[in-house]
Amino acid sequence: MAEAHPVGFQWVVEAKKRGARIIHVDPRFTRTSALAHQHVPIRVGSDIAFLGGIINYVLQNELDFREYVVNYTNAANIVSEDFQDADDLDGLFSGFDTETRTYDPTSWQFAQEDDQGDLGPAQADDAGDSAEQRNTASGLQNEAHGMQVGSRPPRDETLQHPRCVYQVLKRHYARYTPEVVEQVCGVSQEDFLEVCRAWTENSGRERTTALVYSVGWTQHSVGVQYIRAGAILQLLTGNVGRPGGGIMALRGHASIQGSTDIPTLFNILPGYLPMPNAEKHQTLTEWIDAVRNPGSKGFWANAGAYGINLLKAYWGDAATPDNDFCFDYMPRITGDHGTYRTVLDMIDGKVKGYFLLGQNPAVGSAHGRAQRLGMANLDWVVVRDLFEIESATFWKDSPEVATGEIVPEECRTEVFLFPAASHVEKEGTFTQTQRMLQWREKAVEPPGDARSELWFFYHLGRMLRERLAGSEDERDRPLLDLAWDYPMHGDPEQVSSGWGEPSAEAVLKEINGYEVATGRPLSGFLEMKDDGSTLGGCWIYSGVYADGVNQAARRKSRHDQSFVASEWGWAWPMNRRILYNRASADPEGRPWSERKAYVWWDEDKQEWTGDDVPDFEKTKPPSYRAPEGSDGVAAIEGVDPFIMQGDGKGALYAPQGLIDGPLPTHYEPVESPFRNLLHGQQANPTRKEYRRADNPMNPDPRSPGAAEVFPFVFTTSRLTEHHTAGGMSRYVEHLAELQPEMFVEVSPELAAERGLEHMGWCHVITARSAIEGRVLVTERLRPLRVEGRTVHQVWMPYHWGQGGLVAGDSANDLFGISLDPNVLIQESKVGTCDVRPGRRPTGPALREYVEGYARRAGVLDGSEGPVVTASAAAQRESAAAQDGDDQHAPHQREDQ
Amino acid sequence: MTETPARTKRSLLPWPVLRQLADGDVLGRGRSVRSKRTDEIEPRTATADRVAKSVCPYCAVGCAQKIFVKDEKVVQIEGDPESPVNRGRLCPKGSASKNLVTSPLRQTAVKYRRPFGTEWEELDLHTAMEMVADRVLRARRDSWQDLDEHGRKVRRTMGIASLGGATLDNEENYLIKKLFTAMGAIQIENQARI
Repeated sequence: MAEAHPVGFQWVVEAKKRGARIIHVDPRFTRTSALAHQHVPIRVGSDIAFLGGIINYVLQNELDFREYVVNYTNAANIVSEDFQDADDLDGLFSGFDTETRTYDPTSWQFAQEDDQGDLGPAQADDAGDSAEQRNTASGLQNEAHGMQVGSRPPRDETLQHPRCVYQVLKRHYARYTPEVVEQVCGVSQEDFLEVCRAWTENSGRERTTALVYSVGWTQHSVGVQYIRAGAILQLLTGNVGRPGGGIMALRGHASIQGSTDIPTLFNILPGYLPMPNAEKHQTLTEWIDAVRNPGSKGFWANAGAYGINLLKAYWGDAATPDNDFCFDYMPRITGDHGTYRTVLDMIDGKVKGYFLLGQNPAVGSAHGRAQRLGMANLDWVVVRDLFEIESATFWKDSPEVATGEIVPEECRTEVFLFPAASHVEKEGTFTQTQRMLQWREKAVEPPGDARSELWFFYHLGRMLRERLAGSEDERDRPLLDLAWDYPMHGDPEQVSSGWGEPSAEAVLKEINGYEVATGRPLSGFLEMKDDGSTLGGCWIYSGVYADGVNQAARRKSRHDQSFVASEWGWAWPMNRRILYNRASADPEGRPWSERKAYVWWDEDKQEWTGDDVPDFEKTKPPSYRAPEGSDGVAAIEGVDPFIMQGDGKGALYAPQGLIDGPLPTHYEPVESPFRNLLHGQQANPTRKEYRRADNPMNPDPRSPGAAEVFPFVFTTSRLTEHHTAGGMSRYVEHLAELQPEMFVEVSPELAAERGLEHMGWCHVITARSAIEGRVLVTERLRPLRVEGRTVHQVWMPYHWGQGGLVAGDSANDLFGISLDPNVLIQESKVGTCDVRPGRRPTGPALREYVEGYARRAGVLDGSEGPVVTASAAAQRESAAAQDGDDQHAPHQREDQ
Repeated sequence: MTETPARTKRSLLPWPVLRQLADGDVLGRGRSVRSKRTDEIEPRTATADRVAKSVCPYCAVGCAQKIFVKDEKVVQIEGDPESPVNRGRLCPKGSASKNLVTSPLRQTAVKYRRPFGTEWEELDLHTAMEMVADRVLRARRDSWQDLDEHGRKVRRTMGIASLGGATLDNEENYLIKKLFTAMGAIQIENQARI
């Protein structure tokens, strides 16, 4: 945090000054460790074992915050008697289909009230085709949807029922003992128990513990389950929805939160509505019901209004109740259309054109060589950036030009490099990592022909529509009927010539939503109607333009308002700064303690009040109980703080939404020198793989010779002085001078073992590539003892490429493509490698050298051993829990 | 180069530490570090024509910035002390953001590389826009699918992909997704998938 988010880290230092204890868990000693009370070096890729160990400590010693856990989480819910745990099935949960490597989650569901019969509609809807969900990254119901469980599963609030979530959890983590943590993570029992004590002693009524992670956590083949493990621990210790608690994701780009909320992502639409699927969402009603999920509690019940307001914002007057608000105009997804699939499709010649908008995948995405070979096989690329980045120059100076794989005279890709306006040359909002939107004023005009994306896309759309005007072709209707009329401003000459800058504020008003007839901006999403009388482009952002005021532009000094600073910028939803803050009060609505008071029920005024905007219906009392048979918002009871979840409770156990299991389980990274100590199942059995000769993964440790060819573990992260793929830092004099050269950080022990000289050259090799850098020998990295032997970890920054003021090899060239099954994010924080002194070979010799390694490791053709490694008996038993027709014989494996 | 006599004869008195001790300005933040030149110069923040309220473009902490403008040029960027997020502070990257936006390395004209070309060529902005519009329509036409291989209605193109958005504004991402969706392009992705 101190390295990559230094200004955010000032608040950790403030907390420390007030007596907070700071623990830093990281493979490498960093500036964060230097200011922490305790640094815990850990083996990369073992985080679930570590967190599972703490969960086990909490449960074995009954140190959970019981009143919070019983009332606000699903701990008391009873799980189906068909459920079998990974602990019983060698690392598989029940319902595994060995052929498709996916689960039928029917057996994971909560029991039914009558304890027999079929699943309720809310649960049954989702117990479907999880292979399809993996491809479309929709298992999590498109990232942010709550679990769509029935609103009233059977519960045992004594937590004694053997199949209640609390007991299931307790059995699941029972094997994650301090001894196992020591063996798997390389963390001493003493260090580990110190963390356990600190976490539990600092949680409860009077105190809260915050968990902060950087988004390298997501870059694992079990990334979503890492975060789930953190969530389970924070729910058990009562740290969610309370001040000083929570889970904070330190995201890495100025508006990456915004670009998720208003997504440029293939599987979702603004406000986490699903991109329609050709199979499941053939009609407007099917699409809405998939989100609304009749039978569930919560605010997704109003999905009809959210979806119709979006359609109305897209297609304006053309969108009417009679034509289902132009729902048919939406293109449909049918499978994996993620960025990695698309890049492999480029290599295979299936894609024609590619836009790169302030993004440099030649350096920033995993498997850089595949990225560049893909771009070299397109008809055209449009790059919009401040500088001449590597993704614009792959045809003339990429590493593949040196190896002879790309020959400029033979490369057909047409490249357009458009100069982009910088953040001071345009107005608009960024959404920072705590969901807060902040409006930026335009300071100056962009230089020369530099323009904003708003300008580029507005005018591109205008030109497409002009070219298609008069077309009778039905496929052109969505473009021709598009509401694409925004006021222009800026340079008067450009405005009058028809090339003006569209008003970002007008776009923000459309995002917020307004009454169609009057243009009156909506005050929030509760005003959205499902009859076409209102429109709004992103329901969760509704309220950002309430009263016609740009709420994101508010800049009331921190000195003139409360510590919550509600009048600086605007946070979604409805300016709530801590989500689920109803949980900061006890079931009766009273603060858990004086010290931790935040939002509470005011008995006299009969309303919720406090320091923040209550994340709860303002006048719904804690004593409210839902009438029999209710669903949606009416079914949220006074003690249900998690208002987006189908049962209103925090999910310790997730019966739905996860492709890889209802509970986080330790799996080894795809590339690991170690066998999974806990199960026969080595790595995530449901991970998304692309097995092909141009994407070899290093072999798993049971392959003969694997340990000799790629004996070390490597990871990457950021330097304070550089930014991701370097497009905004390697071209900046001050930053280039501060960190001028790519380096490889190793421990003195590894340096001695491999003959690496401090400040000399070394190179790192995987089955994909070999890259070089200067050797930095420090004690910030230490060898760890794992499973009884020593493991060396190598650390590299990933900011360099061939362009910029300071050039160097790119660490992301080392990674292959292997993805988390829930969200299709690549495992690029851990891999295995070899490290050798001296520089790497150049020219065609580089490919021969790398292929020599791949050949020795037995992965030259991209076939690296089976994915499903649980015992045959476990596979059979797991498959037996599939729901009827879905069953396949366990010996049929996709990967063999 | 030999040192000039004037230099070797210079008195030790101007040595700041001696001045500090002599003036009682132990921390060196007062009179002892001022010179005639110091008194004559004014900070760029004081002489700016205007100040725009902005936000740092690097990570997602969201530090507020003040952009000082003089003669339509950015002359200084500082953290905004009123912000509850950063209290005026910026990290090395945020502090270098004036350098980022005023860099002589920035592209200010469209560059074009034709198929099989070995050099960049310059292109007029509007011509480039026309060329891109033509290519988008052609790629869309040539890769259009009304139905997928299972006969399901998809009305889309699989020929146009996009990557980027995490460094852009919400309003920009909104228009990007709106336009691509209307034209039937679905392989629209950004850093959040990476």
